[in-house]
Amino acid sequence: MTIWDSILIAVRALRINLLRSVLTTLGIVIGVASVIILVAVGTGASSEVDKQIKALGTNMLVVFPGSMRVMGRQGGAGTDIPLSETDVAGIRDKVSGVVAVAGQIEDSGPVVRGNANWTSSLSGVHAEYATVRDWPIVAGRDIEPADVRSGAKVAVIGATVAKEVFPGENPVGASIRLKNVPFEVVGVLAPKGQSVMGRDQDDIVLLPITTARLRVSGKSQVQNDRVGRIYVKVAEGSDMAEVQEDIENLLRQRRKMRAGAEDSFSVRNLAETMKARSEVLTTLSYLLAATSVISLIVGGIGIMNIMLVSVTERTREIGLRMAVGGRRRDIMLQFLVEAVALCLLGGLIGIAIGVSASAVIAFVANWPVLVSPAVLGGALAAAAATGICFGLFPARRAALLNPIDALRSE
Amino acid sequence: MTVIERATGPELQPSAPALGPPLIVVRDLTKIYRVGEQDLVALDHVSLEIAEGDFVAIMGPSGSGKSTMMNLIGALDVPTSGQLLLDGRDIGKLNVDELADLRNRSLGFVFQQFNLLPRTSALSQVMLPLLYAHPRPENSEEMAKRRLEQVGLANRMDHTPRQLSGGQQQRVAIARALVNNPKILLADEPTGALDSRTSEEIMQVFTELNREGITIVVVTHEPEIALWAGRRITFRDGHIVDDVRQTPYTGGAAP
Repeated sequence: MTIWDSILIAVRALRINLLRSVLTTLGIVIGVASVIILVAVGTGASSEVDKQIKALGTNMLVVFPGSMRVMGRQGGAGTDIPLSETDVAGIRDKVSGVVAVAGQIEDSGPVVRGNANWTSSLSGVHAEYATVRDWPIVAGRDIEPADVRSGAKVAVIGATVAKEVFPGENPVGASIRLKNVPFEVVGVLAPKGQSVMGRDQDDIVLLPITTARLRVSGKSQVQNDRVGRIYVKVAEGSDMAEVQEDIENLLRQRRKMRAGAEDSFSVRNLAETMKARSEVLTTLSYLLAATSVISLIVGGIGIMNIMLVSVTERTREIGLRMAVGGRRRDIMLQFLVEAVALCLLGGLIGIAIGVSASAVIAFVANWPVLVSPAVLGGALAAAAATGICFGLFPARRAALLNPIDALRSE
Repeated sequence: MTVIERATGPELQPSAPALGPPLIVVRDLTKIYRVGEQDLVALDHVSLEIAEGDFVAIMGPSGSGKSTMMNLIGALDVPTSGQLLLDGRDIGKLNVDELADLRNRSLGFVFQQFNLLPRTSALSQVMLPLLYAHPRPENSEEMAKRRLEQVGLANRMDHTPRQLSGGQQQRVAIARALVNNPKILLADEPTGALDSRTSEEIMQVFTELNREGITIVVVTHEPEIALWAGRRITFRDGHIVDDVRQTPYTGGAAP
């Protein structure tokens, strides 16, 4: 008897008890489906995190004003001593390993052009901003040092703004009004996608930081060279931690802070933070995958149970097969293949459910979900392995039956 | 119809016509079952020969050893001591796989309860033994169809057991027993589940098969069934107590 014969016999036996077969495989179905969903969501999430790390800009440090310590008296970022142009210049000139530095102040307001009116983030930035953020310009030009020096009324717009305000048009050279001040659009940024927090990073208008202070954000009463945050691009191959420490020391010095006093600013390596987050995510998905393994084991016990019932029910059939010349290994193979076929049936149903659920999650949660063929293959292999492990005992029991007793059983 | 020729001993009568050399040779065969603490002697030093082409009925009350004899001739069991040669092979010296192959090649079984597979077509039922044949015949389906035609079920090949009468089911079982061209057809109470008219039909099928040369051994406790055989062996308490040749009954219109 060949494997193919065994498969035909198994399929026939399973079809005779179709409802029972499907119900029996539920454990496997749930196990396989959850493995697929978890891995799909997990890898999708970590690929998204990777993308966001890239979007943040590689080798980038961000300096935030105000202490980030939750225990501090101050309300949070920005409430303490603000960062200033001097800080920007200091980091650029005095810290080694720094390639480019760009400060940013953020505001928001409507972008008006004719009838189009779109409220967006209005960010005053230094000339190297796009470079520091690894953010290419797809049309026109970047904000240049001369624009910052002269406070030119020029703007570089993000992909979302370009789409909303200039649908189907080339925005470069067009005029927009920000807070009733006319600006010339000189460039368009490449799309960057969502931020970690789910904010659309392409919904942005960049202006020279000087122009923003003067015309858009209004003059600060306290400090008119205020900078909201500073992006620092570190040279490839430099020690990020060292540069981070140098920046911290510089800022502490500039603020004449006593040793041991709490920093009134924070320097963060966002990529590191996100990597840590992605590691947590990976660990979590491993943990959940372990749960699905438990589900597979429970499913396997269900399969074993039903196979034992099946062997008992079909004792006479086994006796007959032995009487007409079936060897022990033929009987063994028949029931083993049946158990594996049951598990594969469960595996296929599980894959169907898992893939559709992943697609639904991807659609509803707007979350990238990756289903790789390797995972599908692995899930099927796991199902088949479950079938072999838990089918072995019932198959052995069938094969070791005495043909005379088997034929005589009721 | 009953010209009974009494045998002088357990040896085969040499006078029987058209019989070939011994196909089943039993020598000093003993089978002991262990039931709990006790040894149960099912067959006690039995000797017997059955010639190729013979039609033998084995009779006896329950517990007489006839079923044990049947299991041994069917290569389903091995003797405790003594010898049983089936088609020249000593079953006591074969392992389980060799016994399975011997059953597949040399024996065909017909059971009281038919033992057909549920929800399976007659054709598939008959092809079952070929599934376990080494090597697999290439024309399995034709072989099965030919046997179904032979038992008069040419137009019932795709019927499942539920769609067949008891007699038809037993014919399917006979076709299944014959499909691998065995030398011996072993029937265990083949008419036990059938009415008398159908029983006669089935026994007629056996008679025809025997005329074509196949050796038939029927185990039965019904004297009317034993009448169809050319030789009747009676067991009691593990011994052969009677072994006679007789003119077989061949149906209502006896020749």
